[in-house]
Amino acid sequence: MSATFLSSEFFHNYKRNASAIAGSIILIIFAVIVVAGPLFVAQDPYDVGQLNLLDSYKPPVWLEGGDPRFLLGTDGQGRGVLAGILYGTRVSVMIGVTAMLMSCIIGTTAGLLAGFYGGRLDAAIMRIADIQLSFPSMLIALFLMSAFGTGIDKVLIALTAVGWVVYARTVRGSTLSEVQKEYVQAARVAGLRDAKIIRRHVLPNVMTPLIVVATVQVGTFILIEASLSFLGVGVPITQPSLGLLIKNGFDVLFSGLWWTSVFPGLFIMALVFGINLFGDFLRDELNPRLK
Amino acid sequence: MAEAKTADATASETLLRVEDLRTWFHTFSGTVKAVDGVSFSVKRGEIMGLVGESGGGKSVVGFSILGLIDPPGKIESGVIEFNGENLKDAGDARLRDIRGRDIAMVFQDPMTSLNPLHTVGEQMDEMLRLHTDMDASQRHARCVEVLEDVGISRAADRLKAYPHQFSGGMRQRVVIAIAMLAQPKLVIADEPTTALDVTIQAQILKLMRRQIRDNGASMILVTHDLAVVSEMADHITVLYCGKVVERGPTDDVIRRPSHPYTRGLIDSIPNPAHRTARLKQIPGAVPDIRKLPKGCNFQDRCPRVGAVCRESEPPLVATGARAHACHFPLKEGETQ
Amino acid sequence: MTAMLQVENLHQEFRIGGSLLDRMKFTDGRLRFPDTRVKAVNGVSLTVNRGEVVALVGESGCGKSTVAKTIARIYRPSRGAIRIEGEDISSYGVREMLPVRSKMQMIFQDPFASLNPRQKVRDIVAEPLLEQTQGRAARKDVAQKTLDLLARVGLNTEHAGRYPHQFSGGQRQRIGIARALSVNPGLIIADEPVSALDVSIQAQILNLMMDLRDEFGLAYLFISHDLSVVHHIADRIGVMYLGFLVETGPREKLFSAPRHPYTRALLSAAPSIEKTRPREEIELTGEVPSALDLPSGCCFRTRCPLAFERCKVERPTLKDMGDGQQVACHLTDEPERDIS
Repeated sequence: MSATFLSSEFFHNYKRNASAIAGSIILIIFAVIVVAGPLFVAQDPYDVGQLNLLDSYKPPVWLEGGDPRFLLGTDGQGRGVLAGILYGTRVSVMIGVTAMLMSCIIGTTAGLLAGFYGGRLDAAIMRIADIQLSFPSMLIALFLMSAFGTGIDKVLIALTAVGWVVYARTVRGSTLSEVQKEYVQAARVAGLRDAKIIRRHVLPNVMTPLIVVATVQVGTFILIEASLSFLGVGVPITQPSLGLLIKNGFDVLFSGLWWTSVFPGLFIMALVFGINLFGDFLRDELNPRLK
Repeated sequence: MAEAKTADATASETLLRVEDLRTWFHTFSGTVKAVDGVSFSVKRGEIMGLVGESGGGKSVVGFSILGLIDPPGKIESGVIEFNGENLKDAGDARLRDIRGRDIAMVFQDPMTSLNPLHTVGEQMDEMLRLHTDMDASQRHARCVEVLEDVGISRAADRLKAYPHQFSGGMRQRVVIAIAMLAQPKLVIADEPTTALDVTIQAQILKLMRRQIRDNGASMILVTHDLAVVSEMADHITVLYCGKVVERGPTDDVIRRPSHPYTRGLIDSIPNPAHRTARLKQIPGAVPDIRKLPKGCNFQDRCPRVGAVCRESEPPLVATGARAHACHFPLKEGETQ
Repeated sequence: MTAMLQVENLHQEFRIGGSLLDRMKFTDGRLRFPDTRVKAVNGVSLTVNRGEVVALVGESGCGKSTVAKTIARIYRPSRGAIRIEGEDISSYGVREMLPVRSKMQMIFQDPFASLNPRQKVRDIVAEPLLEQTQGRAARKDVAQKTLDLLARVGLNTEHAGRYPHQFSGGQRQRIGIARALSVNPGLIIADEPVSALDVSIQAQILNLMMDLRDEFGLAYLFISHDLSVVHHIADRIGVMYLGFLVETGPREKLFSAPRHPYTRALLSAAPSIEKTRPREEIELTGEVPSALDLPSGCCFRTRCPLAFERCKVERPTLKDMGDGQQVACHLTDEPERDIS
């Protein structure tokens, strides 16, 4: 955060963009939750010893029968909804970010190789990508999860399988145009081997558009994971994500016990909303072509 | 009384008068005074060359005349008097009416002025529909005539072709044909041959000169290429950092430049007739237009610079047909 | 003494149309996969001696840049020999090329695209030299050498830590020249090194290149479309058209007594501030044909005002005129057909 950053056009535009500021405030709040969430609640929702069935289905504090220990009420096992959310957000964000990084690494590598070498390798990689894009990503993820079974590792694999394509396509496109540029030819004349040209010259110049893709994708992944968990093929019951909390509450939603699923739902909405607001700003700033 | 009379006479002879034009761009990193107090005039039937290197502001002058300056750019002040009318204060509707009919443009890249989705014929016909009251058959006849005029054979057939079906040189011919369609009084050509090869350039320049003469039109030729200007223009105006540094009749200026910058530009061009081991070069580079020095903009590159050049900006001084903005102008035949 | 560079019968073809699927076409009710090839260079031979400046001129699409980039082995030639100090490098791979790279370097046309925007100037300039350098101690010397090189091309130590976007076009071209010089090459291939620059900067760069030639005994293969630039810098000139070399000769000969109709047309078409120059008007009509479908016989006959029957059926080859000039034109056999 040097003075040059604070006086840059990027920061100047940021200061004037209300939705970018709103988005980043939301993201900062969620970052605090992910890092320090458990400090805000006394109860560890996964420690069965701390649960008391007598506390089950308590409404939020401001309603009649609310308990000051449970700000947003409790679920059927006497687990605080807020505690569940704070722990679940961690799981959701962790899955979204890790799957994004995995997709990014695999997709970028595939895109670089396709764009740099062209020919059959390019054709093969891009046809796989095309086929994959002709199915809804949710369907592919669902199929993979039903085949593998539940578990965080399996969710990560399914999301990566869905998510690499967008990087591969973006990177291939920019690689094709970068490879034409004279600085890549200059690197050849300097005597560099292909691997070094790709690593030192092409890769750094195709990364910028990925920042936008990656940001927005974390949001998408969080939603897909939530949907998978909601359908019962996502994370295991022992490590509930926000999606699983919604599902758990959903069973009793129409019995008037709305808080168990509505609050996790609001959180996931706020999280993805914040990511998208900030992502839109990044897109406008970093990649004017996509405007 | 006598004074008023002379003024009248010049007015009718002068097609375009640009006076103290300032077009500034307000960007994040500072105000770019792309055009800062430019004055010149174009007589009827005359070709005026607007010369300068990149950053000189020559293209912005052309766009300002046409009223095509978009934010963050703004025409801050000045007079653009075309055919007795001040275009600077004319409304958008009036400017649209003038563009294409009275003032036509030819750009460097013909693809920017041709719509790839319509045939050449459709685009030419539209121009005539907008600006004349010819009927369909008259319009068609005129299109064929103009297309043949610019050297495109089988014109009636070629009207049905799309821009991408023409080569670069042919496309520029089409653009010139469209520009000449409504018989404009003024053509603004912005680097019209820069993207073309020399042999094609020669063809296009010849064509443009003939078209301008035959139609009795005037032209502003915006270019960085002194050689092109010297072959085409009657008068030239040399710009540096948004200001006029010298202007006058072409041959006169090229033979006997007054401003050290003009002299430097001419000397920088390798001349096959007088080959020297080293070229005379202008040292340094064009200053950052957001941080222009106090005094003369050319001071840091000028071999004749004196103390006064760093203090005060030289005004544009006119003597006869010539004008220059320099504290220490070159005398006739003087080299630096 | 062997020549610095000797190119013999260089051919370069590029396949276009992409993959099998892209090329698929139905013609006459049958499925075909036409294999379209651009014949960019068709049998070019040239020699550059030590310390000599040889220029290739021609209009866009004439193959001059392809010749340059094929010699620099950015492309692999389709046919022909490229000898650097007698060693044929035409089929070398990346590893075999590495030692050759210290004898031959390149300067590029576009001062903006030819420098990696994410690299600092010192890393850009040092890159070719680092590839040639083994060992930690030697690498340390590279840093000092880089600064010396920057100073030599007119930049200072402070500039070394900056990124390319902080420089003007002329300064960027200086950086590109420093990069090429870093390995002490004997030959520099300069592909339109000044055509993207303003006139005043162009003169600076041309002067710098000529100074460096005198200082380091460099040879240049100089590619340009600008005849006045070529006249200023070159000892010998080759004129290219549609991938063919149509005329070569020493500078003064070629400018004062051009023989090929295309050379004559080029010279008469070039605009000049010099009004006194007598002009032979060979005016060309039409445009350059496609390199996908070369004309039969002489490549220039479709635009040549002097073309006759023989030009259609027989392709003229370069003939030595005995005075240093070589011309590929049937008019040399039948001078009575010429206008002058």
